[in-house]
Amino acid sequence: MQLQEPPITAIPYSLYSDPAIYEREQERIFRGHAWNYVGLEAEIPETGDFKRSWIGDRPIIVVRGKNGEVHVVENLCAHRGAMFCYQEYGNAKTFQCPYHQWSYDLSGKLIGVPFRQGIKGQGGLPPDFDMSEHGLVSLNVARRNGVIYASYDPAMESLEEYFNDHLYYIDRMFPGRELRVLGRWRQKINCNWKLMVENLRDPYHATLLHVFLVAYSLNRADQPSSAKLDRDGKHGAFTSRRGGEIDHEATKEIQAATRGFKLQGPQLIDPKHEFPDPDTLVMQSVWPNLILQQQLNALAVRQIVPRGPGAFELHWTCIGYADDDEAMIRRRMLQANLVGPAGFVSIDDSEVIELIQRGVAAYRESVGVAQMGGSGTESCDYTATEAPLRAFYAYYRKVMGL
Amino acid sequence: MIAAWPLELRLSLLALYDDYGAAIDDDLERWPDFFTPNAVYRVVARENFERGRLWPTMWCEGRGMMADRVTAIRRTSVYVPRQMRHFFSCIRITGETSEGWNVQAHFLVGESTPDGESRVFAMGRSIDVVVRDGDGPHGLRFAEKTCVYDGNLIQSSLIYPL
Repeated sequence: MQLQEPPITAIPYSLYSDPAIYEREQERIFRGHAWNYVGLEAEIPETGDFKRSWIGDRPIIVVRGKNGEVHVVENLCAHRGAMFCYQEYGNAKTFQCPYHQWSYDLSGKLIGVPFRQGIKGQGGLPPDFDMSEHGLVSLNVARRNGVIYASYDPAMESLEEYFNDHLYYIDRMFPGRELRVLGRWRQKINCNWKLMVENLRDPYHATLLHVFLVAYSLNRADQPSSAKLDRDGKHGAFTSRRGGEIDHEATKEIQAATRGFKLQGPQLIDPKHEFPDPDTLVMQSVWPNLILQQQLNALAVRQIVPRGPGAFELHWTCIGYADDDEAMIRRRMLQANLVGPAGFVSIDDSEVIELIQRGVAAYRESVGVAQMGGSGTESCDYTATEAPLRAFYAYYRKVMGL
Repeated sequence: MIAAWPLELRLSLLALYDDYGAAIDDDLERWPDFFTPNAVYRVVARENFERGRLWPTMWCEGRGMMADRVTAIRRTSVYVPRQMRHFFSCIRITGETSEGWNVQAHFLVGESTPDGESRVFAMGRSIDVVVRDGDGPHGLRFAEKTCVYDGNLIQSSLIYPL
């Protein structure tokens, strides 16, 4: 399998179903040179607090250690391979595998092995068994403004360098204000994980597929929009501003704009300006497993967890800020109806990308067309383009060596 | 001690839940009519509920928002059609309020796809407040309904109310 030299305007369908590609992605992308999103500090505020998380399809644990440190360790007993932690959240002094009770401290160090000296002098581990070599595998960790990232690569650059010119958008959502976790959603979508990323990298579909957005003027083709990319093309942001009169010339190809929908519960959409720039919709796809969402005041962190070539889970953490007043929390909660597993907008995406999987998994020899906006891979101030998608595959090709 | 609730009330509640399920599955436009005008309807993942967060997956505050949800399902959302079937059991009165009763029920919701598969979509319990309402189905309406789904992982999408 080979990808064309960039610009990549033809996307081979076997990318979405080939088990060998999937394995290579796990190794080179998720366990390779990347900062994976694994959680928020607000989820594990106290010493011993932990949450289960994932890097690619591997289970890991994110733990608050002593002195405020954060450890990220594999959720894999170093003895026989049990995924010993099966609670989503909790607080622990030590971790213990239920099978033979090997126990680990909060940093993953092996601190206890029952019957190490054997029973009545018989059996047990060899005298030269080195406990320090049998701890949980511990990962490289970086934090910025309350967000925790981890990597299998011990030689990662700083987060600032990693995000480079995309840092504005990361910091826009996480400016250092204390975060408040409002709730979680989890959803299993039956398609390849890249189709989710592509969906975020395709500003062109938004005003066509999402009738709800258009019907209630949340995002119309005539509103100011942009598709921003970092210099590598590995991070991207789609932005849009709501409001203004309908431009019938720009929306004539979109029937729904003129249908005259009216909400009977108008409190659903009562947004309040809260960011320095006037954008009301900012959807970011951050390499390799993170999606950041601002839909009006509905804010969420979505983590991609691949489950084989044909499925992935989307783990949503809905957030606000610790100093939100009750009106703002209520607003975020009402607007949460737009997104998530039952979202007025999100449903369309998860349904359509499942349909794509049905097609591409059956037609593995075919290729998809990505020629909207020509062959460019640069940021642009319009949305009738697939430039961010081409940029994603240019970076993907490099990392995958395809 | 188990209170001996009047048989007539228990039968009306059974009829309310049966009819509610049938409405969602086969006559969605009737769904808002099962609620009082300002009723709160929410669907909550068990993981949020158990952590004391009523963070909804779906939330309607009043019949207007319920009607908007029906409009979205019928006219704006894009999804592969599926047939849902609601089953309620263990319907029981857990307390009395000034205007009605606290009622809990277990639910199981199945879905059938265009490919011909039938499977369990969700199960859990609903924690409800039911009030007397002369015009309502069987003389009752929900003033509050919180559907807590046990399996936190939604299979594909939650299109219809639980």
